[in-house]
Amino acid sequence: MNFWTDPIHVIYQGLMQTFTGWGMAADVAGIIINLLGIVLMITAIMVLDIFLVWIERKVVARFQDRLGPNRVGPWGIFQPFPDIIKLVLKEDITPAGADKWVFNLAPILSLASVIFLWAVVPLASRIYGVDLNVALLYLVASGSIGTLSIIMAGWSSNNKYALVGAYRMVANMVSYEVPLAASLLIPTILSGSMSLTNIVNQQAHGVWFFLVSPLGALLFLVAAIAELGRSPFDLNEGESEIVAGFHIEYTGMKFGLFYAGELLHAFTFGGFVAALFFGGWHGPWAEAYPLLGAFYFIAKAMFGYWLIMWIKYTVPRIRIDHMLAFNWKFLTPLAFALLIVTALAHRFLMDFPAWVYVPGMFLSNVLVAWATLEILRGNARRERLAAEAH
Amino acid sequence: MTAEQIIFYIATGFILVSALMVVTTRNLIHAALWLVATLFGVAVVYATLDASFLAVVQVVVYIGAIAIMFVFAVMLTKRNLLDHVPQTNANWPWAAGIAALVGAGLLYTASQLTTFGAQRPALSGDSLMNLGKALVSPDAFVLPFEAASILLLAALVGAVYLVNKR
Repeated sequence: MNFWTDPIHVIYQGLMQTFTGWGMAADVAGIIINLLGIVLMITAIMVLDIFLVWIERKVVARFQDRLGPNRVGPWGIFQPFPDIIKLVLKEDITPAGADKWVFNLAPILSLASVIFLWAVVPLASRIYGVDLNVALLYLVASGSIGTLSIIMAGWSSNNKYALVGAYRMVANMVSYEVPLAASLLIPTILSGSMSLTNIVNQQAHGVWFFLVSPLGALLFLVAAIAELGRSPFDLNEGESEIVAGFHIEYTGMKFGLFYAGELLHAFTFGGFVAALFFGGWHGPWAEAYPLLGAFYFIAKAMFGYWLIMWIKYTVPRIRIDHMLAFNWKFLTPLAFALLIVTALAHRFLMDFPAWVYVPGMFLSNVLVAWATLEILRGNARRERLAAEAH
Repeated sequence: MTAEQIIFYIATGFILVSALMVVTTRNLIHAALWLVATLFGVAVVYATLDASFLAVVQVVVYIGAIAIMFVFAVMLTKRNLLDHVPQTNANWPWAAGIAALVGAGLLYTASQLTTFGAQRPALSGDSLMNLGKALVSPDAFVLPFEAASILLLAALVGAVYLVNKR
């Protein structure tokens, strides 16, 4: 065992020897090392988050045919640091009518609900926080803490715009939790486990779940974007209607926490798309060298994040009634239909070899997509005929 | 004292204090938030008992639902959400006495159990798998499980019937 094949274990052993060499009890040392690991992980994520600001601004600039930040450092890569210094130096205002405790707690909970998620993300074969057997449910649970933080922010600001913005956002998040949970059940059925580590290991032989359930991956992506509250589902903001929505009263670093949480949330969901449907850390030689696996995982997560950005900066905002109708009348029934079809097809095909199983599952997804399109076309035709008959 | 005991005492102390705050605070929104804290503490206790599924479901169902309750509390109550009427009525000493009696009785009954203070036996097998199988197994909980789903379906149909104008 050396550093390149099992880095976390080697570091753990090394620190353990150092601490016990200082005369510390082994279990106390274990707790301290675990706490150090947590602090290090959160720090690494937050540093990554700083650069996500730059990535986001650069990518949106390219989508809008601009250059984006290009003055501070090569390609403007140090632009986030002036941004952060500006945010930190700004006056920290708590409105006079605000509920102080709730107002100050909301941004912390908002960022925490995203950082919680990294406890269960498997970065590589032997690099992960915890192998939780209910990891996918844990994703939904931390999402509900995020919902709570938004309604807390909206209510405690004592501002009508903030409250209306928070209401919209909660309506959005609560309703899209249903297709999100249903699409999370598809990898659960395919791998027979809710643990992310197991789900990634099931995709070891090149059969990524994206190939087995492309429609499931698409549903998860749509539900995840809605859960993030990003365009086309960014009903929480709207300059002409409710200004900045639930975080209208937040200034300085408190707003910064919401902003950092939003960016990190998008990247985290990119990571979940990668882990659930694109094989997680799997790639050439990733099994033997975990650090390479972590690199593959981050690269795939960046791809997922790029997809989310691509959609955000291409598609215009949809109306709130369309948003709810799209969820309840289209996405939720489709997610449940796909869930039933996937469960049946998986049961019938699971004993066959991969070259029958994968095309079979793919075909079942294509059939569901075709049937959906046919039903939509039929509905549209009926509506058109009814309109013409008038 | 083991680490597990330390966590247990911290979590239960937290649950009791926040539960007290739920019923004593005059601000309805603060009561809802203290309720969140209480339910989160219960989830911590579940997690220390190896019931990870229950712990996470506790957060999903209860804390997720509190956000909705929050919305209704804001919509259905007065502007500043503060009530100035007294929080207790003349019968509170009786209620406190009965509650203390029931609590003492429960403590006494628990202390008479042979397993009181004993170490918790280690769970065998995958508890999540066992729970899933028990829910759909005819020898275990399939009947209550299906009855609960019929109840939920009835609620769903009722809601659709109520809002359907035709």
